Amino acid sequence: MASKVTTAQTMELAKARQNTRKERWHSFRSVMTQNKAALAGAIIIGAYLLMMLVAPIIAPYDPFEISLEDKLTPPSMEHWMGTDDKGRDILSRILYGSRLSIGVGFASVLFGAFFGITLGLIAGYYGKWVDTIISRILDVMLAFPGILLALAIISALGPGLINVTIAVGVFSIPLFARIVRGSTMEVKKLEYIDAIRTLGANDFTIIFKHIFPNVLSPIIVQGSMRLATAILSAAGLSFLGLGAQPPSPEWGAMLSSGRDFLFSAPYMAIFPGLMISILVLGFNLFGDGLRDALDPKLKK
Amino acid sequence: MFLFILKRLAQIIPVILGVTLVVFLIMQMVPGDPAAILAGEGASQETIEQYREDLGLNRPVVEQYLSYVGNVFQGDLGNSLKNKQPVLDEILLRLPITMELAFYSILITIVLGLAAGIISAVKPYSVRDVSVMVIALLGISLPSFWLGLLLMYLFSVKLQWLPVAGWDGPLNIILPALTLGVGGAAIVARMTRSSMLDVIGQDYIRTARAKGLKEHFVIYKHALRNALIPVITVVGLQFGSLLGGTVLVESVFAINGLGRMIVDAIRTRDLPMVQGGVLVASLVFVFVNLLVDVMYRAVNKRIDLN
Repeated sequence: MASKVTTAQTMELAKARQNTRKERWHSFRSVMTQNKAALAGAIIIGAYLLMMLVAPIIAPYDPFEISLEDKLTPPSMEHWMGTDDKGRDILSRILYGSRLSIGVGFASVLFGAFFGITLGLIAGYYGKWVDTIISRILDVMLAFPGILLALAIISALGPGLINVTIAVGVFSIPLFARIVRGSTMEVKKLEYIDAIRTLGANDFTIIFKHIFPNVLSPIIVQGSMRLATAILSAAGLSFLGLGAQPPSPEWGAMLSSGRDFLFSAPYMAIFPGLMISILVLGFNLFGDGLRDALDPKLKK
Repeated sequence: MFLFILKRLAQIIPVILGVTLVVFLIMQMVPGDPAAILAGEGASQETIEQYREDLGLNRPVVEQYLSYVGNVFQGDLGNSLKNKQPVLDEILLRLPITMELAFYSILITIVLGLAAGIISAVKPYSVRDVSVMVIALLGISLPSFWLGLLLMYLFSVKLQWLPVAGWDGPLNIILPALTLGVGGAAIVARMTRSSMLDVIGQDYIRTARAKGLKEHFVIYKHALRNALIPVITVVGLQFGSLLGGTVLVESVFAINGLGRMIVDAIRTRDLPMVQGGVLVASLVFVFVNLLVDVMYRAVNKRIDLN
């Protein structure tokens, strides 16, 4: 009998949670439709994702095709963004490069989110010495200023786009872990977690099936904000020659080659940088809107 | 306060040890034989073995780490693989340049950020507020390495007002410091605005206005003072990303600072130099954070006393 009552209570709590999720979704939809800046961000991101998909269809030229007689041609009707020092069409390279630049950003955030969320859930749920150890590890990771931790990792693993993805991902781990840890500590104290535990659920089920869905909001907000930083960091590392290597059309690497022609062909550096800036702006606008919609506590 | 500083110092010891551990692990993570990398390409087996013996790479990892920490605390960061000179000597040459760049950049971050934040908060949701916040959002979104190139193109190539690169005189400082400081200024502006709006909504501000105090007096004497508290933390955090940002900006403007040294060392696989550079930059960041915490506490205490 007692078990039946507990089950009914748990189901009620689960229903209430579902309603809260629905309310959150409605609040998200209304903020996204009312907040023009967030909508603009979503449109920008959508346009870039579309560009990634249709790059091979809409690119006017082969991004790797060298044509020395066309080298350093300024923007024209034939080459909208001009050509680079090897005569390659900059627009086509930018279109194809979107796959690399955006892909690295998403992959590194997913990498960081996976490990960060897992560590945060474990630290927040178990507390005590487990939390102390994980928190100290996170403190150490946060003690490296800016992209220096990423640089340290690349110095060991060697340059390359995959290693940049790992390095930038590692740099995101503590940021996800901190947020998830805090939210987990709050959620685990709620009644329905006790109810589920009473029903005999094990720690793994409680953490990943019942706590995780309830700490998703701050993760989504953090994820969208981190995407902007991850894309910037990965492009920065490629700019330094530590990420994508020539002739890759990754935007940071293109910007790096454009630097040598700043006097004679500034458009070589202007367009890749502009593409990165607009994308990051899109993620920032979208992230601000998401934060307002999903996590009013973080509004500041 | 003294106790607080002691407590914070005690808290950073494990962090410092952790940082040394991560830096030490760089060498362990290298694929292949670290001794062969340190000995350089084309080194004979004998030389590689000699390196292994000299650097203690044949000892257990824990023993190697303890020896590394011992050396670090004695100021021995090893020798560069490139020029065989002590890493610390090179860092001591480069660090002042980076710190000077960071200092001017943080100055720009604070002055520009506070001014923009206050301008926005005084008349919220006005055209002025929206314009400043849009500029701030752009400031956050522009990659520093691109902004640096644009500024260089405009002021050095086109207008020829400022030198293109290098670190020879005061004019050389302007563009790199501006490039590095703008992003932080945008974040500080957003934080100042948000914090000011919070404070302006408080009862005591309404009381101050009801007393008939002039608006600028209310804003600058009453609101700003309290609004600055959370801003201090943001400025402290900005110092970290700024220090990391020097890596990119020093590369754009060909400045021989610590950041550029680390990048060059990664390119040439000069691992002791990378380890030393990353370690020193991180330690500077840890101590700046400590300083910010102490400042934050001092400001809070003063307000409590008042």
